[in-house]
Amino acid sequence: MNAEKRDRGLLRVDVDECKGCGLCVEACPPKVIGMSERLNHYGYRTATYAGAGCTGCGICFIVCPEPGAITVLRAVKRPADLGRRFDTAIAGASECTSN
Amino acid sequence: MHKQLMKGNEAIVRSAILSGCRAFYGYPITPASEITEAAALYMPQAGGVFLQAESEVASINMLYGAASAGVRVMTASSGPGISLMQEGISYMAGAELPCVIADITRGGPGLGNIAAEQSDYHQVVKGGGHGNYRTIVLAPHSVQEMADLTALAFELADKYRNPVVLLADGFIGQMMEPVEFPQRAIEPRQPEWAVAGTAETRGNLITSLHMDINDMEQHNRALEAKYRSAERHEARAEEWYAEGAEIVLVGYGIVGRILKAVTADARASGINVGVLRPITLYPFPSFNFQRLAKRARVFVVVEMSNGQLLEDVRLALNGARPVEFLNRMGGNVPSHDEVLAFVRELAQRTSSTIRPSMEQEEERVAHV
Amino acid sequence: MSNELISDYEVSHAKPKAFYERYARKEELQHQTHFCPGCGHGNVHKMLAKAIDELGIQDKTILVGPVGCSVFTYYYFDVGNVQAAHGRAPAVATGVKRSRPESIVIGYQGDGDLSAIGSAEILHAANRGEHITVIFVNNAIYSMTGGQAAPTTLIGQKSTTTPGGRNAATEGYPLHVSELLATLEAPVYIERVGLGDNKQIAQASRAIRRAVENQVRGLGFSLIEVLSPCPTIWKMSPVEAQHWVRDVMEKTFPLGVFRDRTREAQPRPLPEPEPALDQIPRILGIADKDLPDGSSAKNARAEEVDLRVRVAGFGGQGVLLLGEVLAEAGLDAGLEVSWLPSYGPEMRSGTSNCHVRLSSQTIDSPLVTIPNVLVAMNEPSLRKFDVSVRPGGWVIYNGDTFPEDCVREDVHVLALPFTQMADELGDARACNMVMLGALLEITGVLPQANIDAALHRLVKHSKWLELDERALARGRELYRESMQELAYES
Ligand SMILES: Cc1ncc(C[n+]2csc(CCOP(=O)(O)OP(=O)(O)O)c2C)c(N)n1
Repeated sequence: MNAEKRDRGLLRVDVDECKGCGLCVEACPPKVIGMSERLNHYGYRTATYAGAGCTGCGICFIVCPEPGAITVLRAVKRPADLGRRFDTAIAGASECTSN
Repeated sequence: MHKQLMKGNEAIVRSAILSGCRAFYGYPITPASEITEAAALYMPQAGGVFLQAESEVASINMLYGAASAGVRVMTASSGPGISLMQEGISYMAGAELPCVIADITRGGPGLGNIAAEQSDYHQVVKGGGHGNYRTIVLAPHSVQEMADLTALAFELADKYRNPVVLLADGFIGQMMEPVEFPQRAIEPRQPEWAVAGTAETRGNLITSLHMDINDMEQHNRALEAKYRSAERHEARAEEWYAEGAEIVLVGYGIVGRILKAVTADARASGINVGVLRPITLYPFPSFNFQRLAKRARVFVVVEMSNGQLLEDVRLALNGARPVEFLNRMGGNVPSHDEVLAFVRELAQRTSSTIRPSMEQEEERVAHV
Repeated sequence: MSNELISDYEVSHAKPKAFYERYARKEELQHQTHFCPGCGHGNVHKMLAKAIDELGIQDKTILVGPVGCSVFTYYYFDVGNVQAAHGRAPAVATGVKRSRPESIVIGYQGDGDLSAIGSAEILHAANRGEHITVIFVNNAIYSMTGGQAAPTTLIGQKSTTTPGGRNAATEGYPLHVSELLATLEAPVYIERVGLGDNKQIAQASRAIRRAVENQVRGLGFSLIEVLSPCPTIWKMSPVEAQHWVRDVMEKTFPLGVFRDRTREAQPRPLPEPEPALDQIPRILGIADKDLPDGSSAKNARAEEVDLRVRVAGFGGQGVLLLGEVLAEAGLDAGLEVSWLPSYGPEMRSGTSNCHVRLSSQTIDSPLVTIPNVLVAMNEPSLRKFDVSVRPGGWVIYNGDTFPEDCVREDVHVLALPFTQMADELGDARACNMVMLGALLEITGVLPQANIDAALHRLVKHSKWLELDERALARGRELYRESMQELAYES
């Protein structure tokens, strides 16, 4: 994939931790977060990333009352020979929906 | 060790600092204020913390904080202030925090007066706060004991991780007697359970909250086991000519002193009487009562309150012997004559056998 | 190829490290908080954890938790945790911080906790300028107990205890904690922030970090009040509740900085180094080497001593000092002694008395109900205690003439105008020492050397010492003279 075309940010939601309050949906400036159709197994509709358009601003993270329900990633540029430092699996968020 | 003349209240603070106490929070109240004043003077010089709090509610919670942080800490007050501290005492017992509280009692209920009474017995010995807890209670009857039992109080507070109350009346607090102190100060300790703001103690938690009902019950069972252990090991009493006495006079604090004087006179006139003076009010020295009951005909409880000690004596004797009662309140002290007359009358009534007068016995009691 | 830039993702916002990975102290659902969806406590927790991360103080932090919905701070924060009684967090935090000044102590409280039951504790902690940080979560209601009114409940706001809405006439007005505390001198930083929208939330996070940083810098008391949604009790959706904070709550509780003295504030001075342990006895004035060894002159007399003295007079006559010199001298002579003052109401209302015992045996009771010497420094005292004197005992009375009706056949009396005699020596206030001199001469129990030693210990001012010495001598003399007179008369 061409680096220039990638989104500036990426968003992960831990569907187990999310309680579906919807504050992130309201707060997201580019409006790329919605609520899931399906309930998680605690009975909440959880936040879902639309899949594209995240700017990495982090606002969803700070309005979210749960410590780890949302993780925001930001695009960084680095020399290719350093390789990929980050593979999209995040510690503690292994059960994330990949949005 | 050299003796010097000192007020009981002042001896407490000296002994506390020697025992490694490095924090004092208090609120003034007669007749305990000298303790707070002495702490204000000496605690900072010893590298400790002194703070006059905005209330006794605040002081006891400051104790909670300091104890959580792992420091030996104390406060001092009297009836009305101890009432306000009951919340914090319950929390400290629940969270298993050690501390020492000096209660220099005055008259009550309510504002009462500032004369000496022993009417804080129930609120201190029975635990005036909420929940299943006990406080260890030590009752000094001399200035030397104010010093010695303060040191013991800190030891027991640590040993059982529980508040310990030094229960003295206004007389013991205010009077001066010769006292001597150990010449070596104890190094302030660092308990491993404390929350000290260090990497090693980061995982520690001080709380009295147990949401789970089984957890709460288990915690209470653990506290109970601790109290049972204290009951087995820490009960203390002084027996003064009590062995084999037919009339056993029972009293603590200043009353214990009067009873000794009365005993001297009564024995001189041939009445076989002795004194049992509880030094720990909780754990109550029931064992001494049971043992003396084998020979004694009757026990006489003398107190400066409305039968509060009497209840524990009755419980300890469990009906084994009759218990007579003499009390004064409001700041009146059961006088030597009053108690002596009571004992004489009782001796006649119960036709106590005549025993050799004291002069013929080992000269232990002051000549009168 | 090697220098070509590629795009990659790095975590920019994730669960702060100051939180536990899993909330093992929780009974169940250990992967999420116990807060309701949309509860502001979660946001505030997160901001605080982030500040702790950023300032690198996790090991040093001690969090003092409240009673209220946020009672379980210790479930979440991987720091030292102390759980306080309802409202008492500022007092607990004071106790912690004063003894552990190197630690970072943070109090976390709700509005019922802080502004109602704990109003005294927060006011005084702020007024003392305790070096702590307080996070104050104001949701205008008691949430944990199910929605009762708080001091911060808005006018007209319904709660289970203001079912018709808060009425100022009966419940007063919402309490403005930040404004109130900003009237005090000591606080360094006080700001009210809100969780009403993105901007407010971002500002809240900055303010909380600042309040903690102030403590890291040793500056003093900082408090951040956070207007925080409680969707459950307010019966709103989380989004509605958030808007209510901004659109309604903020009208009553305007946001802003109410105190900022972070520039002027001086970092707290380092505590004085602690004295060495072996210095403690000296500091306390109990070191053997600083004390008299009590042997100026041991009481050499063979006979038993059993002196029971009651001293009584007006406050200011030196009643207590008279007794103290006697007791101190007794101790110096190697006797058993006790001194018991009357205190309290009697003292306040102007009369004063004390019990003194000197004995060659252990002293049983320090109370002297039957004195063998009564020192009555005025007539009321004589009238009060005269009858109690043991037959064969002495009454030393400060007065020219002994009241007829107080005369007893079975006691000795020395009645003289001692005050006047002290006045002739230079100061009427030395009356107590003149009377003590007489007492010593009468009883003969103590060598003068013990008296001198006691006097030097208790009377520091040289002018007074000199006067008291003369007064004592005069007292002895007066007794001897009166005996001679008696001898002449008989
Ligand atoms: C001495 C005492 N009184 C009453 C209570 C009951 N109680 C628990 S929490 C609470 C109110 C908490 O309200 P607030 O501080 O506003 O916190 P919130 O739950 O709203 O976050 C009360 C009254 C208690 N625990 N202790």
